[in-house]
Amino acid sequence: MEIKNPEHVLVEITPEQLLGDVMAFKKQGLRLSQICCAYVNEKIELSYSFANDDTNEYTNLRIVMDKDTEVCSITEFYPYAFLYENEMKELFGVNIQMINLDYNQKLYRLKDETPFIKK
Amino acid sequence: MAKQSIIPFGPQHPVLPEPIHLDLVLEDEKVVEAIPSIGFVHRGLESLVDKKDFNEMTYVIERTCGICSFMHGMGYCESIEKIMQVEVPNRGKYLRTIWAEMSRVHSHLLWLGLLADAFGFESLFYQCWRMREKVLDLFEMTTGGRCIFSVNKVGGVLKDIDDVMLQTIKVTMDDIAADLRIVRKTFMKDYTVESRLRGVGILTKEQAHNLGAAGPFARASGIKMDMRTTGYAAYGDLDFDIITSDECDSYGRCEVRINEIFQAIDLIGQCIDKMPKGDIATIVKGNPNGEAFVRMEQPRGEAVYFSKANGSKFLERMRVRTPTFANIPGLLETLKGADFADVPLLILTIDPCISCTER
Repeated sequence: MEIKNPEHVLVEITPEQLLGDVMAFKKQGLRLSQICCAYVNEKIELSYSFANDDTNEYTNLRIVMDKDTEVCSITEFYPYAFLYENEMKELFGVNIQMINLDYNQKLYRLKDETPFIKK
Repeated sequence: MAKQSIIPFGPQHPVLPEPIHLDLVLEDEKVVEAIPSIGFVHRGLESLVDKKDFNEMTYVIERTCGICSFMHGMGYCESIEKIMQVEVPNRGKYLRTIWAEMSRVHSHLLWLGLLADAFGFESLFYQCWRMREKVLDLFEMTTGGRCIFSVNKVGGVLKDIDDVMLQTIKVTMDDIAADLRIVRKTFMKDYTVESRLRGVGILTKEQAHNLGAAGPFARASGIKMDMRTTGYAAYGDLDFDIITSDECDSYGRCEVRINEIFQAIDLIGQCIDKMPKGDIATIVKGNPNGEAFVRMEQPRGEAVYFSKANGSKFLERMRVRTPTFANIPGLLETLKGADFADVPLLILTIDPCISCTER
């Protein structure tokens, strides 16, 4: 088996660029591997990871934004992103609009609102 | 058009050891849609980065799951090692690979047993779990633990395996392979088993790709995807191929997992034959500063570990994306058009680990 392990790529983008870039990845046939949210220095950091399973290339789109900034759901292109997006909405309070299956804060049945945001 | 009805399935159900809920929309006995609910046992382990330092987090992350515990610890440690640019000694890498593949063997045997139990073949269930016990015994002999054995540390592993024990592992694994050859005939040839698996829960290659499926669930639909091909741990030194099936159904998922057990046994043998001498860990000084993604092939598929550090002993963020989380959308697709009676079996065919999903 040939081992392929190229360096991971990190591309910083704005929320407005997200859908265009995601559409391009979808056209290239990349798989959405995961979406991760982090709360760092009172900013929200979103990482959308896309994998090419033929070459093992791994590209991360990074958005750094204020907590209330609106970001559009990518479920239009990757319908299975709904679980990641609902998770980010509940744990971090990310303002994600137009999720195709929106649980309205009921995915994890949490007692506290946005528990992953450091108070 | 038949009348539609909604049947709640779970969170408590005899086939589910862990809670997941599905609202099943039925037309007569056929499922037309399934809407999942999780979150019954969400623990927020990732948020413990505020309270546990980056070394202690190894033990927290290992408790994500009681089946693939070792690999969670390994994935986390590799993410910190990548940030700190720590090179694990070769012997440490080989030991990690052996324990990782033993975890795959025991996880797949556990799944085969649960599958047999789900379609009512009790003696087959006993056979699979009897084999699995041998792997758990090996874990106990090499680490002292049977489920969560905490041998990972940032920089390598905490325990070595001597040559006598390595040979014991090899002999035991050969025994398991011999037993599995007998059991495989029943899983693959017995007509009662085939009648429950063949053509049930179809997920085409295109659907698997479009729904982001991972692991044996995706490979059973013909997708050649295996994170071990990135060469982490000792996989770069080992000879293996990605195991796939073109069956695209529950039978294919069973076939892939059985073949992966044989492959894991072969990989353990290769590791033992090639085991290098030397240290098992590197001394790590300082705190991590930076971020890293690491991908790893768990028994259930691709797991992603993300760590972000700021130079202090506490991480800013640690995330695990587990394979079951990725396979839920694929499961929902396989349920469409399925008979209501096949729903428990189909949930099992993704080898769900809700404990991982609700980390």
